[in-house]
Amino acid sequence: MNVKENIKTLIIKKPLKLDCGQIINDFPLAYETYGDLNKNKDNAILVCHALTGDQFVTGLNPITKKDGWWSYAVGPNKSIDTNKYFVICANVIGGCMGSFGPSHINQKTNKVYGTDFPVITINDIVNAQVNLLDYFGIKKLFSVVGGSMGGMQVLQFVSNFPEKTKTAVPIACTSSHSAQNIAFNELGRQAITADHNWIDGKYSSKNTVPEKGLAVARMAAHITYLSKKGLQEKFGRKLQERDDLRFGFDADFQIESYLRYQGSVFVDRFDANSYLYITRAMDYFDLLKQFNGNLSNAFKNTKAKFFVISFTSDWLYPTQENKDIVIALNAIGANVGFVEIESDKGHDSFLLDVPDFLRALKNFLDKSYIE
Amino acid sequence: MIIMKSEYKIISNIIKENTRVLDVGCDDGSLMELLKENKNVDIRGIEISKQKVQTCISKGLTVIEGDAEFDLKQFPDKSFDYVVLGQTLQAFINPEIVIEELLRVGKKAIVTIPNFGHWKVRLNLLIQGTMPVTKTLPNEWYNTPNIHMCTIKDFFKFSKTMNFRIFKSLALMNKNVSNINSANLSFKNLFCELGIFLIEK
Repeated sequence: MNVKENIKTLIIKKPLKLDCGQIINDFPLAYETYGDLNKNKDNAILVCHALTGDQFVTGLNPITKKDGWWSYAVGPNKSIDTNKYFVICANVIGGCMGSFGPSHINQKTNKVYGTDFPVITINDIVNAQVNLLDYFGIKKLFSVVGGSMGGMQVLQFVSNFPEKTKTAVPIACTSSHSAQNIAFNELGRQAITADHNWIDGKYSSKNTVPEKGLAVARMAAHITYLSKKGLQEKFGRKLQERDDLRFGFDADFQIESYLRYQGSVFVDRFDANSYLYITRAMDYFDLLKQFNGNLSNAFKNTKAKFFVISFTSDWLYPTQENKDIVIALNAIGANVGFVEIESDKGHDSFLLDVPDFLRALKNFLDKSYIE
Repeated sequence: MIIMKSEYKIISNIIKENTRVLDVGCDDGSLMELLKENKNVDIRGIEISKQKVQTCISKGLTVIEGDAEFDLKQFPDKSFDYVVLGQTLQAFINPEIVIEELLRVGKKAIVTIPNFGHWKVRLNLLIQGTMPVTKTLPNEWYNTPNIHMCTIKDFFKFSKTMNFRIFKSLALMNKNVSNINSANLSFKNLFCELGIFLIEK
């Protein structure tokens, strides 16, 4: 995917040493902003996107022509009120919406990086993003907010830059990617690399895309974002535009058709190699290990006020994993609030119209802002 | 449970300014707000009801959703100057464990109990022969959250068994506050609706 006109890009000159040991510099970080930065520069919120998100948080995404991924939560008078706050979101490095990623040209070889792109981590992602604060002259964010992989970035951000935010809202996430999560990510990666069009990651040079593999990866992942109850209520055993089973392998059931659709639209907007790299970054995320088994130490230098949110039907990042973050924070007397939101919508709850969640997020931010 | 404004005032009078306080079972955060305003405390709450946690968040209070019976263990020893437990000791499956935890987490604890020894309660059971339903104990036996009711006298006995000290014991009767001592214990146990205790291990 090429950098398109509608994408704002900051070229980061400062060398960034990645966890893998490589040093990158003069690399692009694509970002978008919403609302206005006030005079005191104390109303900025850094929003961190999840695995397949991008910098186009709300409103119309100029590339996909669809609503931004967090349109329910971000916008004028919404939970993250853009009338009040200056929202910044960067496409993660390794991504495919303009930030430095595997679809970029390697200046040394003049070819697309593909799998020659360095393996990146959540830590690298956050260290790249922090440059945006300097760019806008923001000494301290009002908040850093994100769900799922975005939540991991929130935790890493506070850990790396304990004085750079007043509040932090990690949502539906974990401090350490579980075996189950790694397993699902591996399934997705295997689907991609097993597609004969993947060609060891060099598909763009052959003008092809491992569409099938990427679609299967998306389908498998999509199931993990929903709940059993939600799926049953929405689809049950309903048939797809037919009165009876057809005794074949066409999409008889609505759920099959739905998943196939989800897979097919995904390949139009996402790069297969980016999917490999970003899922890897998630799998490598282990803040617990980074602090030698004591998660509290990750946060011992911060005075930030935390608000942790989980969802009852989220089995991908279950409440207990979110609570572990709360426990680690309480162990050092940090200022942390926590609520588990009742929802049947699974892990995806944070992206959807879940009024209890949206209200809690709004209340937390608005009350913390005037403190 | 009937929340008593006067109960909150008494608790607020006990708590010193600029201290760290944990309100266990903080309900809608009314006491937390009062303490924040009047005593400039650094206060946290723990509350089991999702709805009430939401209310607290809307008031800008730092509250974690949780069950005091299981979730107090995440707080380090003596990490709060005061831990407050308002009218909920009787609702726990294991009040002994909860008291132990309160006194571990807090340097001091403030515990209030609806007095089951109140004459109305006694009379209710004596005359009607049914489980007492009063202003402070408005539930029926089958839907009451209060599974371990006790009297003010019981709490004194409890302090000896559990080996904690009662520093201050106050009784609330018709919005009037008075001290409880060994001489007036039986009297207070008969006429007071609520006992308020400042305790320490």
